[in-house]
Amino acid sequence: MIRFDHASKRYPGGHEALTNLTFHIAQGQMAFLTGHSGAGKSTLLKLIAAIEPSSRGQIVINGMNLSTLPNRKIPTLRRQIGMVFQNHHLLYDRSVYDNVALPLIIAGYKHREIGRRVRASLDKVGLLNKERVLPITLSGGEQQRVGIARAVVNRPPLLLADEPTGNLDPLLSEEIMRLFIEFNQIGTTVLIASHDLELIRRLQQPIMTLYQGRLIQNGLNQGKRANEIA
Amino acid sequence: MKSRKQAHDFKMQRAKEHFFKAYIFNHLRSLLFSLGKLYRTPLAHLTTISVIGIALALPTALYALLINAQELSKDWDSPTSISLYLKKSVSDNDAQKLAKQLEKREEVVSVRFISSREALNQFRQYPGFGEAIDSLKKNPLPSVLVLYIAQQAESEPRLSLFAQQLQALKKVDQMQLDLEWVKRLRAIIAIIHRGVWLIASLLAIAVLLIIGNTIRLDIQSRRAEIEVIKLIGATHSFVRRPFLYGGIWYGLLGGIVALFLVEGGLLLLQNPVHQLTQLYGSPYQLIRLNGVNILSLIMLSTFLGLVGSWLAVRRHLHSVEPH
Repeated sequence: MIRFDHASKRYPGGHEALTNLTFHIAQGQMAFLTGHSGAGKSTLLKLIAAIEPSSRGQIVINGMNLSTLPNRKIPTLRRQIGMVFQNHHLLYDRSVYDNVALPLIIAGYKHREIGRRVRASLDKVGLLNKERVLPITLSGGEQQRVGIARAVVNRPPLLLADEPTGNLDPLLSEEIMRLFIEFNQIGTTVLIASHDLELIRRLQQPIMTLYQGRLIQNGLNQGKRANEIA
Repeated sequence: MKSRKQAHDFKMQRAKEHFFKAYIFNHLRSLLFSLGKLYRTPLAHLTTISVIGIALALPTALYALLINAQELSKDWDSPTSISLYLKKSVSDNDAQKLAKQLEKREEVVSVRFISSREALNQFRQYPGFGEAIDSLKKNPLPSVLVLYIAQQAESEPRLSLFAQQLQALKKVDQMQLDLEWVKRLRAIIAIIHRGVWLIASLLAIAVLLIIGNTIRLDIQSRRAEIEVIKLIGATHSFVRRPFLYGGIWYGLLGGIVALFLVEGGLLLLQNPVHQLTQLYGSPYQLIRLNGVNILSLIMLSTFLGLVGSWLAVRRHLHSVEPH
């Protein structure tokens, strides 16, 4: 699903954010991406969603080679990726329902289909009773769950999350992480960047660690084994 | 084999239909969405729309003035006449013979003969002239033939040629083409006409800039939203669409405001103008904008809205990351 082959990212000005990354996250797998802030976690997620281009090497996402992907195909790529952000990136001038419906509207779904899917998605994150309220009236944890509902509403094969629990207390954080694991269990590939080591160790999922733009720990294979044992 | 191909064709057809439906649906949605935005914050948008309306009303009002001036000058224009001042030596009899001769020419509709005595009597009727004329021993005025020119002879080269021929006649002392003042008036109208176009062009550019600037601000204030919908897979045309429709709405509503301003102004002027023309004994009525004018105004303003927003979107939407 996500294949990096000697990929590097150098920003204009010479700062090398990622150096020579090679790894493969298979379809249906779940992994955590960790490291200090500035280690390159966000940059890695940005490369996957084609928000930034890689400087060297190849990145293949769900069979699409990003170095040869024309600009007009980028929306097609992004529709296959559900993205969850630390600061939610919700639109505060419209209701929870309208926020969650956004990916479906972009993809041109029919009205009835949108209603069905949005409610299913809100139900999944436990916010079905809040569909008419404005996001600003919700707590941080609830806003994050709206963000997750929006990310999964069009059932993307890949789910990316950048510090999804960054502003939340430990209890809420674990709740959110459990939600991601549930999505992984129904077949979605999930990659979560987080620096909350204590929490992610407890969740017993494969961990990749970045240090100054290099992959110093690739737990993908061990993780798989651990899953098999479990 | 054949049936499979047919099934495939059918599927493709369905897919195309679905795509087309979704396309129309998306457009309708942005159309209504952008209108909804106008409706929700009416005050801010009302200012913009009024400015556009006033900018468009100015050239439209000038245009209305112009068509009225043209209509008025049309009445004065015909018939064109040529005055022939005859030499003193020509007797009234000879003058009338000449008049009959000239009347036969196809350029001429009719000829009016004003003898020197008649002309003097006409003068005597003007207040203050009577005594002055009585003090003269001899009649200083010549006899005049006024030739009314047929419409088909009014064209410039033919009329000049005819005028030259008349000037060359032995009995004629002086020839005066009474076209000059009509020409002058027409020249003035032509200048105003050009001026209206100039002002209209300038104000059209102003409308483009106003709409462009409004859309630019709109893009800036909705930066976060644009970023988010790009991140979740919106195509460029999807992002662009509501702004383009926003521009169309601005243009359309601005045009309607302009229409109301101009028509309102004309309605206010209608009575005073009617009173004035009645004083002159003319049946002239103020001409209002006709259907074609109104349609052109609305279509032009809508078009300006689209172009203005398109320019703004082209320049500013790309600057919003991510691409």
